[in-house]
Amino acid sequence: MTREHLRILLPVLSLAILLAAVFYLQPRAMSYFGLNLLFNLAIPVALATIAQMMIIMVNDIDLSIGTFVSFCACVTATLVQDTPVLGYAVLLAAVLVYAGIGAVIHLRGLPAIVVTLGTSFVWGGLAILVLPSPGGASPEWLQSLMKSKPPLVPMAIIAATLIGVLTHLLIKRSSIGVVLQGVGGNERALERAGWSIVQLKALAYGLAGLFGVLAGMALVGLTTSADANIALRYTLLSIAGVILGGGEFTGGRVSPIGAVLGALTLTLAASFLSFLRLSPDWQIGAQGAILILVLAIRLLVTRREAN
Amino acid sequence: MKTDTNISGAHGAPVVALEKASMSFGPVHALVSADLVVRRGECIGLVGHNGAGKSTLVNVVNGRLTPTGGAVSYSELAAKASARNNAHAHASGVRSVFQELSLCPNLTVLENLRIPYRSMPRNGWRKTAKKMVMAALDQVFPNHGISANAVVGDLTIAERQMVEIAIAFSARDARANLVILDEPTSSLDAAIAQQLLEHIRTFCTNGGAVVFISHMLGEIFDVATRIVVMKDGQITEDRPTDGFTREGLVDAMGHVASHEEAGPNAHAKRNLGDVVVQLPNGLNARKGEIVGLAGLAGHGQAEALANYYLSETSAWRSTKTPKAAFVAGDRARDGVMPLWSILRNMSLLTLPEFSKRGLVDRGSEQKLADDWKAKIKIKANSLTDPLLSLSGGNQQKVLFAKALASSAPVVVMDDPMRGVDVGTKKEVYKMIRSEAQNGRTFLWYSTETDEVLECDRVFVFRDGEISAELVGEDITEENMLRASFEMQEAAE
Repeated sequence: MTREHLRILLPVLSLAILLAAVFYLQPRAMSYFGLNLLFNLAIPVALATIAQMMIIMVNDIDLSIGTFVSFCACVTATLVQDTPVLGYAVLLAAVLVYAGIGAVIHLRGLPAIVVTLGTSFVWGGLAILVLPSPGGASPEWLQSLMKSKPPLVPMAIIAATLIGVLTHLLIKRSSIGVVLQGVGGNERALERAGWSIVQLKALAYGLAGLFGVLAGMALVGLTTSADANIALRYTLLSIAGVILGGGEFTGGRVSPIGAVLGALTLTLAASFLSFLRLSPDWQIGAQGAILILVLAIRLLVTRREAN
Repeated sequence: MKTDTNISGAHGAPVVALEKASMSFGPVHALVSADLVVRRGECIGLVGHNGAGKSTLVNVVNGRLTPTGGAVSYSELAAKASARNNAHAHASGVRSVFQELSLCPNLTVLENLRIPYRSMPRNGWRKTAKKMVMAALDQVFPNHGISANAVVGDLTIAERQMVEIAIAFSARDARANLVILDEPTSSLDAAIAQQLLEHIRTFCTNGGAVVFISHMLGEIFDVATRIVVMKDGQITEDRPTDGFTREGLVDAMGHVASHEEAGPNAHAKRNLGDVVVQLPNGLNARKGEIVGLAGLAGHGQAEALANYYLSETSAWRSTKTPKAAFVAGDRARDGVMPLWSILRNMSLLTLPEFSKRGLVDRGSEQKLADDWKAKIKIKANSLTDPLLSLSGGNQQKVLFAKALASSAPVVVMDDPMRGVDVGTKKEVYKMIRSEAQNGRTFLWYSTETDEVLECDRVFVFRDGEISAELVGEDITEENMLRASFEMQEAAE
C-alpha cells in the first residue's frame, strides 16, 4: 500500500465512522429522504472545496472563496434570474477575473494569502451592491435540478459522486491536470522545460473561479434565495475540506475525491452534533475538535510511514 | 524502443558550437570568450574548480542563458544570441540533468515524463509515457526495479536520479542528441554508476554526444573522449583524453592567475589556545584559530557548519552571551532582515547583551552600531536607512559587524564572500585576522581558493566527509584540488 492509498483511506474512514454514528443516533436518517437531507447542503461546499483545491494545488491559498461564492449566489439570484444574458456574462467575467488574479499573483510575486484577503472584501462589497438585502429568486431550471428526486439514489449522492469523479479525471488523469499538479510539485522544473507558469497559474485560478461559480449557483438552487453573507463560512470549510481529504498545503499533493469526501464529512459533522443535542453555541468548537482529531490521526499515520 | 540506431547526421557533425561566447552578470565575467564545438559521437569531460564557469558554460550550451557576447549555433537552426536559444536547443535534442533534482515529487514516474515532453499527444498519453519511460529506464539501468506508477517522492534519492537520467535519454518528439550530465553519479552506487557509464559509451558510439561533469576523475578518464578544463571563466585546455594524466589534469585546473603572493603571510605564528570546537566528523579548531572548510561546493561543508551552529545555539533557555555567531553567505535566505534598518540588523545578535530587564538600551545600541560602522567602513548615509539600500558588499559587511560585535567566542562563516568585491574582501580578511589575534575562533567555509589560503588549517570535504587536513605550508591550491577530486579508479 503506497502513501497515496493511505492518503485517500483516511477521509473514507472518517466519513464512514461519522455516518455510522449518525445512523446509530438517528436510524431514520438511513433512508432516501434522510440521506438527501443530510448531504444536500454539502454539494455547494464540495464545489467550493474543489475550487480551493485548485489553488492549494499550485501552492497558494484562497481566502476569498467564501465571499466569492456569496457574490456568485447573489448574481444568480438576481441578474441571472432577471436578465439571463447579463447574468451569465457577469459570472463568466468573474471566472476571468479569477484567472487574472492568478496571473497577477505570479507575475508580481505577491503572496496569494494577502491578495485574496484583499479581494475577499471586494467580492463581499460587490455582493452587497448586487443584493443589498436578502432575497432574490432561483432560476427555475436550477431549482428543479437541485431538488430533483432521481430513483433509488438521492440527488445529493449522485451530484457528489459526479463532482468527485469528474474532477479526478480532470486533475489526476488528464494530461493538463498532471502539469498543473507539477506546478505545485516543482515549479522550476516546469519553467526549465519551457512551460509558462503564468498561463498555468491563471488556468488553475480560472478553474477555481469556475467551481466557485458552480458552488454559488448550486447554493441558490437549494436555498431558492440569496444573501450577501450566505457563504462566508465556506472559506475555512473549503480549506479544512481539502486538508481533511488528504491534501497538503504545499507540494501539489491534492486529491479531488478526498476533497469531496472531506466536504461531506464536514457537513455531516454539523448534523452529527445536532443529533447529539449539543447546544449550537458549542457546535463550531466541536466541529473544530473533530477536525483536529482527524488531522492528528493523519499526522501519526504519515509519521509512521515516513520512519 | 531503440533510441540510438538511426540518429540523423554522421559522427563528427557538430550538435552545438560556441563561438567566442561570453557571459557577464553585471561586473562578473562568468564566461570569457569560450570556443567549444560538441560533435556527435563524443563524450566531453568537463572539469574545473568551484566558480570556474562550468555551470555557466552548460547553461549557455543548453540555451537557458543567452550569451552577452559571441554566438551559439545549434545543428538544427543557427541562432545568434537570440532569445529563443532555449527553443533551438530543445529542437536540437539538447537535454540536461542537473545536480539539484528537477522532478516533481508529487507525480509518478510516468507523469514526470510529461513535464519535459510538452508536445505529447493527448490521447492515451499515459500508455505512451509509460512505454517511453520504462524503455529508457530499461536501456540505461537494466534491472532497475522502478515501477512507472511509483510516486517519485516515495523513491530513494538514487532511484530519483536514475529516473531523471533516463528521462533525459528518452526518445520523445525529438531524439536526445546531446545530454549534459552534471555530477550524475553523486548519489548512485558504484554498480549503477557503471551502468550509466556503459550507456554513455553506447550512446556516443551510436552518434549521440554527452557533456559529463564529475568530481570523480576516474569516471572522467573512463568515459570521456575529450577533456575540457575550465578556470576563471575560460576554457584553458581542450584536448583528447589520451593527452592527459591525472596529475596533469589536477595541475591544469589549479594555479589561478596568481594573486600577489599573499597566501602564507596569514600563517604568521600566533599563540593558539585549547581546542574549542570538536565535531564528530573530525573537524576541530583551537582558540584563536582560523579553520577553513574547503572542497567542491555541496560536499557537506555547509551542513557541517549548520549542524555545529545549531547544536551550540539551540538551547531552550537562551543565554546572554551566544556561544557562536553565524555569518551567512546566502544573505537573502539566512542573513538579513530585509525590512529592517541597518542599525537593527547590526544589533540583532547583541541585543541580549546590553538590554536591561527585557528592554533594549537604545543608547548603547546606537553606540555599538556607530563604532562598527567606522571600524568596518560601511558606506551608508545614515544607520537608520533600510538595509536593502546598501550594495551587496556593504550588506555583507553589516552581517560581519553583527557577528563580530557579539561576544561569541566562535564565528561560523558559510561562504560569506559570495558576490563581494575584492576591496571589501581585503578589508574583511584583515579584520578576521585581527579578531583571531584577540582569541576568537573562525570556522570558514569558502568556495574561493584565495580565501582558504588565509586560513591556519584547512579541512577538505568530499562526499560529506573530510578527505584531508592541511596545515601551514601544505595549504596550497594543488593539495586542495587533489583532495577534492576522487583520484581512484571508478570503483567497480
